[in-house]
Amino acid sequence: MTFEAVIGVEVHAQLRTRSKLFCGCATEFGLPANTRTCPVCLGLPGALPVINARAVAMAVRTGLALQCAVRPVNQFARKNYFYPDLPKGYQISQYDLPVCEHGRIELTVDGIARTVSIQRMHLEDDAGKTMHAHDGPGSFVDLNRAGTPLLEIVTGPDMHSAEEVVAYGKALRDMLMYLDVCDGNMEQGNLRFEPNLSLRPVGSDTFGTKVELKNINSFKFVKDAIGYEIARQTGVLEEGGTVHQETRLWDSAAGRTVVMRRKEDAHDYRYFPDPDLVPLTISDEWIEELRGTIQELPEARRQRFVRDYGLSAYDAGVLTASRGLADYFEACVALFAEPAMVSHFLMGEFLRVLHQAGATVEVSPVSPERLVALLKLVHDGTISLKVAKDLFPEYYATDQSAAELVDAKGLRQLSDEGALRVLVTEVIEKHPAQVAQYRGGKEGVLGFLVGQAMKRSGGKANPQKVHALLKTLLS
Amino acid sequence: MSIIKSTLHELQEGLTRGDVSATDIARAYFLRISVVEPKVKAYITLNEQEVILAEARALDEAMKSWRKTMPMMAMPIAVKDNICTKDMLTTGGSRILEGFIPPYNATVVDKLREQQCFLVGKTNLDEFAMGSSTEHSAFGPSRNPWKLDRVPGGSSGGSAAAVAADECVVALGSDTGGSIRQPAACCGVVGLKPTYGRVSRYGLLAFASSLDQIGPVTKDVRDAALMMNVLAGHDPHDATSADVPVPDFTRALKKKDVKKLKIGVPSEFFADGLDPEVHTAVREALAVLEELGGTQQELSLPHTGVAVATYYLVATAEASSNLARYDGVKYGFRTRECGDLMEMYQATRQEGFGAEVKRRVMLGTYALSSGYYDAYYAKAQAVRTLIRRDFERAFEAVDVLVMPTMPTTVFRLGEKIGDPLQMYLSDLYTVSASLAGVPAISVPCGFSRAGLPIGLQIVGRPFEEEMILRVARAYELATNWRRKRPLIR
Repeated sequence: MTFEAVIGVEVHAQLRTRSKLFCGCATEFGLPANTRTCPVCLGLPGALPVINARAVAMAVRTGLALQCAVRPVNQFARKNYFYPDLPKGYQISQYDLPVCEHGRIELTVDGIARTVSIQRMHLEDDAGKTMHAHDGPGSFVDLNRAGTPLLEIVTGPDMHSAEEVVAYGKALRDMLMYLDVCDGNMEQGNLRFEPNLSLRPVGSDTFGTKVELKNINSFKFVKDAIGYEIARQTGVLEEGGTVHQETRLWDSAAGRTVVMRRKEDAHDYRYFPDPDLVPLTISDEWIEELRGTIQELPEARRQRFVRDYGLSAYDAGVLTASRGLADYFEACVALFAEPAMVSHFLMGEFLRVLHQAGATVEVSPVSPERLVALLKLVHDGTISLKVAKDLFPEYYATDQSAAELVDAKGLRQLSDEGALRVLVTEVIEKHPAQVAQYRGGKEGVLGFLVGQAMKRSGGKANPQKVHALLKTLLS
Repeated sequence: MSIIKSTLHELQEGLTRGDVSATDIARAYFLRISVVEPKVKAYITLNEQEVILAEARALDEAMKSWRKTMPMMAMPIAVKDNICTKDMLTTGGSRILEGFIPPYNATVVDKLREQQCFLVGKTNLDEFAMGSSTEHSAFGPSRNPWKLDRVPGGSSGGSAAAVAADECVVALGSDTGGSIRQPAACCGVVGLKPTYGRVSRYGLLAFASSLDQIGPVTKDVRDAALMMNVLAGHDPHDATSADVPVPDFTRALKKKDVKKLKIGVPSEFFADGLDPEVHTAVREALAVLEELGGTQQELSLPHTGVAVATYYLVATAEASSNLARYDGVKYGFRTRECGDLMEMYQATRQEGFGAEVKRRVMLGTYALSSGYYDAYYAKAQAVRTLIRRDFERAFEAVDVLVMPTMPTTVFRLGEKIGDPLQMYLSDLYTVSASLAGVPAISVPCGFSRAGLPIGLQIVGRPFEEEMILRVARAYELATNWRRKRPLIR
């Protein structure tokens, strides 16, 4: 029997608000334990939550971008359970009346357009962190993260392969980052993917037993964990066994999933409307105001890049993966109408140097103006593209203008007919064997001769002109 | 003037006129407390005498050059010990908060302290305000100043006893199902439960969030109005506090009659189980109100019979969640003996909470459990809506509702402690107004033959505290009950 995987995904996206969901504490990280706390997020007796309107605005904008219906009245609910890093003894979440529902996202998997439904999105506050002592007994709780706003986004069981889930994950992350509502950093945990997965015989329309996967902090692990789990469940079913309803943790070191808890151990969370928070009303006026703040989304921008700039679908995909890079590209093209050259340079040397420096495009020391100044020198023949690429790491680190740097290094391209003729003649004299081969009909040897001329010029010779000269002189 | 026998407004006038100094007030109250507190046991924690005397001297010094006083300046105020006070123990009447000193003030405490009142101390209560007698306090019961073998009512029994015994001039209480009005009736003082949302709950240890309200316990109705002037108002820290205009509540008291006032008398509150002495006292009070120009109208609040059941589902469900934070991890009591985390939670809560709290947490947990939610919590919420509608319909016909605060006079210590259901019935007449979220005041309306106080309850429309204060004040001035004070022995 062949099986088909049925996969849905729950995503927890940490919203980029400056303060927490129910109090004024800053959402900064990496600070000394328990220094970003107040009576509210510490769960002190008598403290009360007050909703952060910016977090609601972010949830609504995300909902609109995912074509959800925004609930005009929605309600917070308490999810009750005990854990040391849950200071109130309950999480404030949303249950039967979430902020947004019934949306969808369009994506492309292996060149084929797919739609994934978004069942619901709701707001909730994050817990703190528990750390266990390495030596000796005891655990420590840091509540700096407690109360940080999370947006939980739940898809329908619409996906069938690890590739689809990764494509969904990337499309969602791009969108959240475009909307500026989430940093999208999976390693740091501000975007968490929890797929749930079941198998059924191909052709069946009922669902198998669902397993939830946790502890997945990269797209590679999304792919690996789902791949592993499909294989595991297939094995169980083929041997006539039963898949248990359970939550499993991805162990990336061992490359497998392990049981975290079985269905029998599942909590009864005793959800009920939080009496400390009045129902949240979202007016049509506010929704329209927020709709107006949503700029072009990744998929539309990708299509426009192909249409307007003549880029390949792949290049357009890379350039629009983050809003910062796409904005950077368009700023360059506005100054210098050579999209192909800009795209080629950005995707190559520019991103390589940026990544090496651990920087992002938003903080790149090379502004679009400076990059365009360099590319214009290539375009007008002052330097070759190769020189521009070689020079870029240094250009990245200096304040000098492109022309100054090229001059200081004596890298202006050799285009003078007379000087080039001397150079080419020298190459012809030095390589009689190759010249003979060429003249004998092996045209490929010309490339070798061009290379030699470039080498002798220290890379400064204009390769097109060298090529032409060689052809003339050897004919 | 006698400082300790003065009402809040009399003491304010005395201070403004210069008849008494802040130091006189502080000294007089500490003397009084030293005499009667060992018998009454109204307080869990008393502020240090030296701290208050130092404040008093500073105020007297300031007033030499600047006579203008803020209304609450130098007024000795007691605060129920489920209201957070910065740098001062706040126990909630529970062992589980052992050693807990809040790093912040409740909004109401800030408002009073900004006016430089004296914070005399923290008054006794049933643990987490769950009870009707203060017998559920981890610190032992308070006594009724009228008869020391009787309970003072509850849960704000310490506040009511402190006011009745002249151990403070006014006190703060909290009312979830009657916890201000019922002890006020038991101790022969005035207690006001404001409209839900009128006063900030920020800093009040939550028992049942959708019902809890802080309010004043005072010696007369005018004092209650003065306190409301300070307490009422929207608080950005409490999402359930109402953003509605706050009047000067004392202006409503200018009218000394209740001419043309329509008084509703709900028949369900005068039925079987009502003590005849209480019945007589309340009927006489209604006659007084008629003499003052009001007209009586019998009416029905048909869902009264299920109010107590509804209340005990809603309140315990919310409490089961609100009390989850007392887990031994962050503050307060933690068991000494514990192996793993689960044992620590269980032993801490087993040892830290008293029997009544545990009973209610279990009841509430059950009501919210998967499979039972619809039958209990959801059903109770639906009935609550019906009870609220009863009141809305009644208030289409009448301006206020008048009824007893409590079906009986106050009981003896130990009399009902073994029978939780009997104890719950003490709230029979107060829970309805709590579930409806409407304001209600209890004002003394007489004494039983045994010399025990009886309370008259006046209930108003939402945010019409002015109306019930006006009726209560007119009644109070037409009678002399407030002049009678307990002799503590």
